[in-house]
Amino acid sequence: MTKSVNKEPIDWNAALKEILSGGVTRTVVSVILGFAVGAFFMIISNREFLQSLGYFFADPLSSLRAAGDVVGAGYGALIQGSIYNPNAATFEGAIRPFTETLRLAGPLIAAGLGIGLGFRVGLFNIGGTGQLVSGLIWATFVATRMELPPVIHFVVAIVAAIVGAALVGAFVGFLKARTGANEVITTIMLNYIIVSFFNFLLTDNALLQGETAGGYTKSDPAFETARLPYLLGESYALNLGFVLAIAAVVVYWWLMERSTIGFRLRAVGFSPSAAKTAGINVERTFVLALGLSAAFVGIAAANQALSSTGGVTPTSHAGIGFDAITVALLGGSSASGVLLAGLLFGAFKAGSSAIQIVGISPDVLGIVQGSIVLFIAAPPLIRAIFRLPPPQTTSMLSALKSKLFSRGGK
Amino acid sequence: MSTETKKETRESWKTPTVMGSLAAVVLVFFGILGKPETVSFELTGVRETVQLPNIDVASNILGIASGILLLAMAGFAALQVARNVRSSIWLSVVFGAIALVALLGWLAGGAVVPVAFILGSALVLAVPIILGAMAGVMSERVGVVNIAIEGQLLTGAFMASVVSTLTGNQIIGIISAMITAALFSAVLAVFAIRFLAQQIIVGVVLNVLAIGITNFLYQQWVTEDESATNSPGTLPIIHIPFLGDIPIIGPVLFQNRITVWLAIAIVIVLWFVLFKTKLGLRARAVGENPLAADTVGINVGRTRFWWVTLGGLLAGLGGAALTIGSSGSFGREMSGGLGFIALAVVILGRWHPGYATAAALLFGFSIILRIWANQVSPGIPTNFITMVPYIVTIIAVVGFVGRSRPPAADGIPYVKG
Repeated sequence: MTKSVNKEPIDWNAALKEILSGGVTRTVVSVILGFAVGAFFMIISNREFLQSLGYFFADPLSSLRAAGDVVGAGYGALIQGSIYNPNAATFEGAIRPFTETLRLAGPLIAAGLGIGLGFRVGLFNIGGTGQLVSGLIWATFVATRMELPPVIHFVVAIVAAIVGAALVGAFVGFLKARTGANEVITTIMLNYIIVSFFNFLLTDNALLQGETAGGYTKSDPAFETARLPYLLGESYALNLGFVLAIAAVVVYWWLMERSTIGFRLRAVGFSPSAAKTAGINVERTFVLALGLSAAFVGIAAANQALSSTGGVTPTSHAGIGFDAITVALLGGSSASGVLLAGLLFGAFKAGSSAIQIVGISPDVLGIVQGSIVLFIAAPPLIRAIFRLPPPQTTSMLSALKSKLFSRGGK
Repeated sequence: MSTETKKETRESWKTPTVMGSLAAVVLVFFGILGKPETVSFELTGVRETVQLPNIDVASNILGIASGILLLAMAGFAALQVARNVRSSIWLSVVFGAIALVALLGWLAGGAVVPVAFILGSALVLAVPIILGAMAGVMSERVGVVNIAIEGQLLTGAFMASVVSTLTGNQIIGIISAMITAALFSAVLAVFAIRFLAQQIIVGVVLNVLAIGITNFLYQQWVTEDESATNSPGTLPIIHIPFLGDIPIIGPVLFQNRITVWLAIAIVIVLWFVLFKTKLGLRARAVGENPLAADTVGINVGRTRFWWVTLGGLLAGLGGAALTIGSSGSFGREMSGGLGFIALAVVILGRWHPGYATAAALLFGFSIILRIWANQVSPGIPTNFITMVPYIVTIIAVVGFVGRSRPPAADGIPYVKG
């Protein structure tokens, strides 16, 4: 009611409501629900549980125990495989799972930023796979066919990956700007075209196929000098790729939130016609946006091409192009959101073999992944399930913040 | 950069340009640089009752002849543009068909082209794409973007195989595939209509879920005993007497599984309902201008819900066509992107059942072409033949479709105000 917020005494109730109605609560609730759906599938496919249902009324507890056991085993293995392994002999071994999570999260984060950038401009880039593979082609060429001094070699290879991917994105943007070709179709088609082309390159010794590959579609291993250096010594696979991903997060944040380019991109995403009226060249922005989007995907490509010691294969893209879509959706296309979402899904990838060992198909993590994003996509559903208040527009939260952190905001 | 795009009222020169360049490619590469070997087009198989002679023609002569014909068509298209007349989409279709004949002739220098076999296989392989595309047309026509076709095909394929095996009855398998895919579609509808969720997001996520759930159930449960859960066999091939004996048309159209005929019937019925009935008019109104539709008393939410959900039935049938209509068992992620092809086909076919079917047939044709070309001329890298339909799609989107206009309210939730 009053004009000035700071003089108002803090209404804790209103502040609580605002927190509950906010995006963070919704995300946390969605993640929990996603794990619940995964647990459901683990339980209904568990043999002990199904057998115990036969005598459910005689001994309901044994059903519950079976259900609890399988869920505990599954998610326990996930944690052991992705965060901390208490059974390892040494401390180095115990924290290895966490470094694996970071390693696998890197490309997901970078590619997720790329797809997220597209979303912010109102473009749906399904072409992560094709752009990533294009980056792989360029980086593999530099890493296996060119001899360069150390450091310079992997830097050039990284740049090649980014440029290789970005060109594909810019091409899609160009087609859209010039002819209005729907980017959903062109990116899907380019995925198939580029993957076929990559397969072709890998079947010819004179092109990218390795000397020792025999009849297989496989490249030579990258030259020692072209490999991304390890961050924690040779005993961990974690390498510079993760640092690249973190750098990408910072660049993305600056680009989208602080730079004039970001302003242009967001303006077009908000309303292309309004942006046009305001003097923004919408067509050129499409080219720029898809080029930048693919450039971030190219960072993931660099990671895939320059990490392995065994050479790249047609499956080296590891489905990252598609996973990146869910990462971007879960992360709400914001820099910090994509970082966290990438870490979560990276943990899923790291933990999948541990889950397999306890007899549960790691595909259950795909179900968890999908469910989480499904719940996030429908705020009214989450609010209905948990009776959370509708979005609040009080400014109690900012008042609370400025009380708690005396420096406050502006 | 945008000098050309400003002139919206004038017909674009893109179509004749693209046609002209394709015609030149055919003329030069398939004709002038082509091989002089004989190609024989085999019209009737050995075992058929009515026999027709093979048509023999030199590969390079065929290339030159079709190249000239295509150039003439490009010229005609250019004339139309100069007169500012919109050329018919059928011109593009005929153009594409002639170009494909030339491609066949070029590939099969010195060999036999089994025409009926290729056309028949193309149709069978196109069925899942056609049905997926019809699901897409149904939901996008009422204003709900459906990215989840892939997931619907996959769940349909899974259910058809598993339920057929468990019950021993393929009809029950088909029905359960259709119902499951429809329920799946209903989730999209509810999220889009009731919860106003971003439709593309829900579609993507449903695909992730469909892959996750089928993979999980497949690995956790089906693979333990495939013979008891995943060996449904295939539907019988029905040979219609008399009609099935007509050369070419018989083997292609009248010696098929029931899934093929259902698909053809569905395309015709959907076209009729959509464009010739009050029901279809209402549905299109909801997709174009929900506010106006609401004002005249059409229940926008309910219309959208039913069209999207019933569309799922068709995609489920398409999934069934993948397993019991063709391969005979379910495999991990066996839809392999066909749902995305169907999505492209919807846009390529301008949200029209007939044109979308033509586009789907192109993809079916290209799949069989890849398999067959690998056998007749092993010298050609199959990876490049694999690319052909995708490149053609891009050319088509860029040259022929361009700014194709989706239903005006496609993807936009309607909030009653």
